[in-house]
Amino acid sequence: MIEFRSVTKTYPDGTHAVDDFSLVVPAHTTTVLVGSSGSGKTTLLRMINRMVEPTSGTIEIDGESIAERDPVRLRRSIGYVLQNGGLLPHHRVVDNVATVLRLEGTPKQQARDRAMEVLDVVGLDRSLATRYPSQLSGGQQQRVGVARALAADPNILLMDEPFGAVDPIVRAELQTETLRLQQELHKTVVFVTHDIDEAFLLGDQVVILETGAQVAQIGSPSEIIENPASEFVASFIGTERGARALRTKETGHGTVLVDATGRTQGRLVGDDDEGTA
Amino acid sequence: MSWVVENLDLIGRLTVEHLRQSALPIVLGLLLSIPAGWFAFRFRLTRGVVLTAVGLLYTIPSLALFALLPPLLGISFLSEVNLIVALTIYAVAIMTRFVADALSSVEPSVRQAADAVGYGTWRRFWQVDLPLAGPVVLAGLRVTAVSTISLCTVGILIGIDNLGYLFTNGYQRQIIPEILAGVVAVVVIALLVDWLLVLAGRALMPWTRKGA
Repeated sequence: MIEFRSVTKTYPDGTHAVDDFSLVVPAHTTTVLVGSSGSGKTTLLRMINRMVEPTSGTIEIDGESIAERDPVRLRRSIGYVLQNGGLLPHHRVVDNVATVLRLEGTPKQQARDRAMEVLDVVGLDRSLATRYPSQLSGGQQQRVGVARALAADPNILLMDEPFGAVDPIVRAELQTETLRLQQELHKTVVFVTHDIDEAFLLGDQVVILETGAQVAQIGSPSEIIENPASEFVASFIGTERGARALRTKETGHGTVLVDATGRTQGRLVGDDDEGTA
Repeated sequence: MSWVVENLDLIGRLTVEHLRQSALPIVLGLLLSIPAGWFAFRFRLTRGVVLTAVGLLYTIPSLALFALLPPLLGISFLSEVNLIVALTIYAVAIMTRFVADALSSVEPSVRQAADAVGYGTWRRFWQVDLPLAGPVVLAGLRVTAVSTISLCTVGILIGIDNLGYLFTNGYQRQIIPEILAGVVAVVVIALLVDWLLVLAGRALMPWTRKGA
């Protein structure tokens, strides 16, 4: 469990990136911080592994304040997936994955063996192990990034807009993969994105942030869609648009759901139809 | 041409001497410019001042340096150390700016990624920043190597034998082929060392190879 207690971050020029933010991130679930740029979501994420130090307030992991912990050791104990993979361009794939194990002093061969196993876990062919990151596609690099974060088997996984820079098809693939991994591994995941659809897809708990990391709403995707807490939330999640503003239309073959522009998005199925639909 | 054939022994011996005298300043220049370049890179405010000051060292005429160094270091004017130290100073003057630029050339996102996964400051410098700065450092080292090998010939003016001997001796005795042989030998070893540096770069930085 990760807990933010009245966390504030003020930069020397006086900007409040984060203002009195509190949040409980339950263990073994995925919490998504979502907001537009300037909402402080990445700042919050980076506070968890002390890449950014709060100006005031505390952050605790399993009841222990992280301010007491050595930042470098703390970072090694937390998996971190960055945008664009954040791989080391001069290390081969296998060594990138083995990075944290090597930093922790695991013998080279043992670290590499483990890295090969993790490549399997994230669905990468072992033949890619000897390549350099520049020889991989964007999607493959991102998988290596995830593998690196998982290699030392951390309890916590931080994901900083990991799929922001890949094309929509690969992104969908990586999202599915992330869901699958999470079902197997049950990590405590904190995921940052500006994409509300991604947030609703991956999050058990979704935190919608306004400027200065003001919490607009916290809840499960269903709770938020069913009961947006404010105009801001409603407009941010797009309750008036696309596939989230549907009305019914009767047709000869039953009831269908139609969006605001009149396009049919799906068919209304009764409880009895479930499973066959 | 016959002078060259008759004096191949001499040319060979002087070439080896020349290489030996040049190698040390090149290596020392590289080693000393790493902390100096890091300092310039790390402290933005003093960067301009540090780089200008170090760069100005290159403008000191070598003869003046040969005269200044012995009393400062307590060595003989005619000592080989005098030449080595002078050449090292010039090497540092060239290399420091290259090292500072090389460290700046490393993507900040990579540096941040290294921090995020748990590299300590010291380890990150040696295992991430410096290797990734490698290509630009190598470019600087190639300039430094060629410059040092060429400059080394002035050593003959303080009585240190190397390929410069062929210039002064050839001039005094009016043997044009001897002077030309000196020029060719300097160019050949400069090109050879340059080529070796390129090969070493490829071996040490396999990720930079095209299509690799």
